[in-house]
Amino acid sequence: MIPLSAYVAVSAILFITGLLGVLIRRNFIIVLMAVEIMLNAANINLVAFSHYLESMAGQLVALFVIAIAAGEAAVGLAIIIVVFRGKISTNVDEMSLLKW
Amino acid sequence: MTDLLIKLIPVFPLLAAIANGLAGSRWSHEIAHRLAWGSVGLSFLSTIGVFVDVLRTGAAHEVVAYQWIFGGDLTINLAYLVDPLTCVMLLVVTGVGFLIHVYSVGYMHGETGFTRFFTYMNLFMVSMLLLVMGNNYVVLFIGWEGVGLCSYLLIGYYYDKISAAKAASKAFVVNRIGDAGFLLAIFLVFINFHTLDYTKVFSQVGQLSPDMATVIALCLLVGAVGKSAQIPLYTWLPDAMEGPTPVSALIHAATMVTAGVYMIVRNHAIFDLSPTAMDIVGLIGGATALFAATIGLVQTDIKRVLAYSTVSQLGYMFLGCGIGAYTAAIFHLMTHAFFKALLFLSAGSVIHALGGEQDIRKMGGLSSKIPWTYRLFLIGTIAIAGIPPLAGFWSKDEIMAHAFTHHRYLLYGMAAAGAFLTAFYMFRLTYLTFYGHSRMDHHTEAHVHESPTVMIAPLTVLGALSLVGGFLGFPPEQGWLHHFLAPVVGAGGEHGVSTGLVLTLMMIATGIAFLGWGLAHYLYSISPATPARWAAMTEPVYRLLLNKYYVDELYDLLFVEPTKKLGLMLDWFDRTVIDGVVRAVGQLAELGAAGSTWVEKHVIYGGLNVIGYGNHLIARQWRQLQSGMVHHYAAIIVAGLFLLALVVQFIVQR
Repeated sequence: MIPLSAYVAVSAILFITGLLGVLIRRNFIIVLMAVEIMLNAANINLVAFSHYLESMAGQLVALFVIAIAAGEAAVGLAIIIVVFRGKISTNVDEMSLLKW
Repeated sequence: MTDLLIKLIPVFPLLAAIANGLAGSRWSHEIAHRLAWGSVGLSFLSTIGVFVDVLRTGAAHEVVAYQWIFGGDLTINLAYLVDPLTCVMLLVVTGVGFLIHVYSVGYMHGETGFTRFFTYMNLFMVSMLLLVMGNNYVVLFIGWEGVGLCSYLLIGYYYDKISAAKAASKAFVVNRIGDAGFLLAIFLVFINFHTLDYTKVFSQVGQLSPDMATVIALCLLVGAVGKSAQIPLYTWLPDAMEGPTPVSALIHAATMVTAGVYMIVRNHAIFDLSPTAMDIVGLIGGATALFAATIGLVQTDIKRVLAYSTVSQLGYMFLGCGIGAYTAAIFHLMTHAFFKALLFLSAGSVIHALGGEQDIRKMGGLSSKIPWTYRLFLIGTIAIAGIPPLAGFWSKDEIMAHAFTHHRYLLYGMAAAGAFLTAFYMFRLTYLTFYGHSRMDHHTEAHVHESPTVMIAPLTVLGALSLVGGFLGFPPEQGWLHHFLAPVVGAGGEHGVSTGLVLTLMMIATGIAFLGWGLAHYLYSISPATPARWAAMTEPVYRLLLNKYYVDELYDLLFVEPTKKLGLMLDWFDRTVIDGVVRAVGQLAELGAAGSTWVEKHVIYGGLNVIGYGNHLIARQWRQLQSGMVHHYAAIIVAGLFLLALVVQFIVQR
């Protein structure tokens, strides 16, 4: 029987990995993938606690998150393609149009 | 039928006045004058129709033409009362008015403003008809003011002449004094009777206290004195001669100036209640008759002599009213309208013949050159002088006889002296104008011509009326006119007077008239040097008369100049004090505005700028936060997350 703490530890490691990926990497696609990793870290947490607490609510929410993540990936990739067409770059640092 | 005719009488001239006034400039003089005299002629025919009816039935007609003002206990209608008195006035006004309109066609021929003249004349006829026909005081007052206005307009007919403009203003202003009195009288009548209809007022006139009756009568008298040019308000009438001669004949001799007499006779029920007021009326009349006659003695302007004679004759009418001889007053009003219109119009004919000359010192010897005018003028002179059997004798003698038989010897004396002077100055005028050698310059003399038929024809009718008009009141106190007017003014005087006395008085009056004629004949025909010698002998008196007793100067000094000074003073006050205050307020406001502008510019704008600039500076720092880079935002979110975790860990959980 794998204890709950192990699930939480894996989840935390995955989340930190994703967070660092978002903060450090410059490539837009990598950043998007890092966000996916963070979402999945949360999913692990949700499912683990769902099993631990013997409630189906956590697994339901996990399913929702997967669906949203799929939508997010689709919209994010579409934005990337539009930006790439205009700027010939997927570097996040060059995207600063939203500033003052 | 009669009611319709009554309503139509003032409508004809009104329509003509409106038509000529609005569109007269578009059509020729021919149409304009035909409209004018035609409309008055129609009025005259209607009047005859009404008159025949009144004569036959003897009934007074009261016709409401239009319900005008009503509400509460006040009802004022545009309504007409046609009784024998109104009939006589209507016949005089429309009859003489018609003749004068016809005459004007010739006299005004070629004048500028020909149409304007006839418009005003028609307007005058409307007002005068309203004045004599109204059945209440308000309609009387409307007519009263209307004739005053038309008088003003027609005196000022030659408005580019300064003297005419001044004379017009003078007539208007002097009449305002009288009108104020008349208006007060109307108010008093309404307060006392709660109605303004003649019939209702006179039927309950008995309730009036003697004092109130005196006050009302005196207020009415003030109005009558102004309109009829009696002492002390007579000064406007001689000046009114600045207007064209037909105007002088119609307005300032035959009709308008007699409105005061008509008004007193119409209100005789009120006057009868107040012996004091009656005495004052009589005294004013007698004094005016004598006073104006003395001025007439020495005047040299043909129209002014006639003007003073008008004032004097109006004095006789007032005298007649003052002694209760109302029929005689109306009788004299009527005959005076005939012979004075005749005199004025023939004087106009003389002036016309001489190309505008009015100074009798520059006339003379005209009798052979303009024979018709001369004959008619002579008829007028004999009539006004009071030589039987012409019109003036009967009416004037009746007033004088009435004064004598009622023991008003002072008034009789005044009237007799006035009659002597009247005969004298009228014959003086005739002698200077028509007899002797010519004193005209050659240019004028070469152009002397008899007036056209259109002028002579009306004169002939008036001459005939002056010849026989007096028989309407013959025999004295018992004539047709007396019986006709009896329902309005009451039966004539008591009949205790012996025929012998009446005949004696008649003979005295005739003698007085002949005496005046004789004196004039002596002075201006037999011994022409005498007048100048007498004038030199009585230099101060002569000068006094020549300057009309300096009454105009006195009024100038007493009323006109102080009024002007007051006006100037008020003007000064207005300019310096009131304007000063206004200007000071303005300047103060300007100063205040400048101050606020400075404060706004420097203080408020400054403050606002400081706030704005401060915000700007702060914003410049803060906007650095928004780098636009996703990393930065993500880092800040994470930092916030950690901060939140720390807060939860260390502050909330403890």
